[in-house]
Amino acid sequence: MAKKENSTITWDTFSEGLWHDNPVFVMLLGMCPVLAVTNSAINALAMGLATTFVLLASGTLISLLRHSIPKQVRIATYIVIIATFVTIVDYTIQAISLDLYNALGAFIQLIVVNCMILGRAEAYASRNRPVKAVVNALGMGIGFTFALLCLGVVREILGAGSLFGFDLFGPRFEPWVVMVLPAGGFLVLGAWLLLFEWLKQRKERTELEPAAETR
Amino acid sequence: MTTETLSFIFLNAVLANNFVLALFLGLCPFLGVSGKLNTALPMGLATMFVMLVSSICAYLINIVLVSFDIEFLRLIAYIAVIASAVQLVEMTLKKFSPGLFRSLGIFLPLITTNCAILGLALFQTFKEYDFLQSLVYALGAGTGFILAILLMAGLREKLELSTMPSITQGAAVSLMLGGLLSLSFMGFAGLGG
Repeated sequence: MAKKENSTITWDTFSEGLWHDNPVFVMLLGMCPVLAVTNSAINALAMGLATTFVLLASGTLISLLRHSIPKQVRIATYIVIIATFVTIVDYTIQAISLDLYNALGAFIQLIVVNCMILGRAEAYASRNRPVKAVVNALGMGIGFTFALLCLGVVREILGAGSLFGFDLFGPRFEPWVVMVLPAGGFLVLGAWLLLFEWLKQRKERTELEPAAETR
Repeated sequence: MTTETLSFIFLNAVLANNFVLALFLGLCPFLGVSGKLNTALPMGLATMFVMLVSSICAYLINIVLVSFDIEFLRLIAYIAVIASAVQLVEMTLKKFSPGLFRSLGIFLPLITTNCAILGLALFQTFKEYDFLQSLVYALGAGTGFILAILLMAGLREKLELSTMPSITQGAAVSLMLGGLLSLSFMGFAGLGG
């Protein structure tokens, strides 16, 4: 093979998707399912797990086939591989729980066009050994699920006064209906991004100040 | 076969169930290419064109798939058609307008992974629209997408001239704007179903 591959697996291989390069909060990939199905925590969790499965399976297969896929048709090949696994997930969820299937609607099939999965296939799985690709895909998948849960939990608590279907505040709570509507999705994700940006800037300031004092 | 009138389907897709602001489809270009008005419009038009082509193809493919009883291949067939349609648009733009081709950059091939387009093909199949209804639906969805991305681009151009706290720079404020736009589009909810 022409290119030498860096084959060591470190903690970073796994953890980069969790926090530092979180697909949702940092790279802003795969926004459509992030906003659309996070109106309750359970939907968010299901969507995250389905996406993680597709990410893992397609990452493994693409990594195994990486030397036999011609460069010119690689994107088409990746898409077909991803579409195959999404079809599997689609029929599996339909068999397990029809309620969940109806709640997620077309967004299960739309996992195919989640830019994050294609992005990881192109940027990572096609360049690394299967084991390394799997570890990285797992980290990315967990990071994605975590981000979905962040949104789902906030939107369910504020919008319905419950968490995973359990009532939290009793009957006197007036739900913020806007939170489960589309507008709420944009606002909650915007708020999370503001929070992370604020934390990041505060961290940078505290790192800078001691350095300035010693000078 | 549904009996919805064509004008209802069109208005529903443009306003009440706007693909971007109510159904959350096609957010990547909505957030990514909406920085300037003069790239947002061509992006919207290109997306609309791909929508029309893929809607027609999806309708024909679905007839074939149903007649052979192999609907489980629907997803793979649709995505292959969309990818080819995007390739067509890309080659056309590259030939006739290289400057525009460069300014759209990576987002042009990414139309393939624009969920609005696959979503449109899937929805028209779920709703069992006939040929004319599918076409009008695609036209409405495309118009809705252009409307949303133009509104967003206009807002963001104005925003560049104002001073904001440093933490709101970038994606966070775009999302907040999207939320406000989405709120205002909820006013159209009574129009559709």
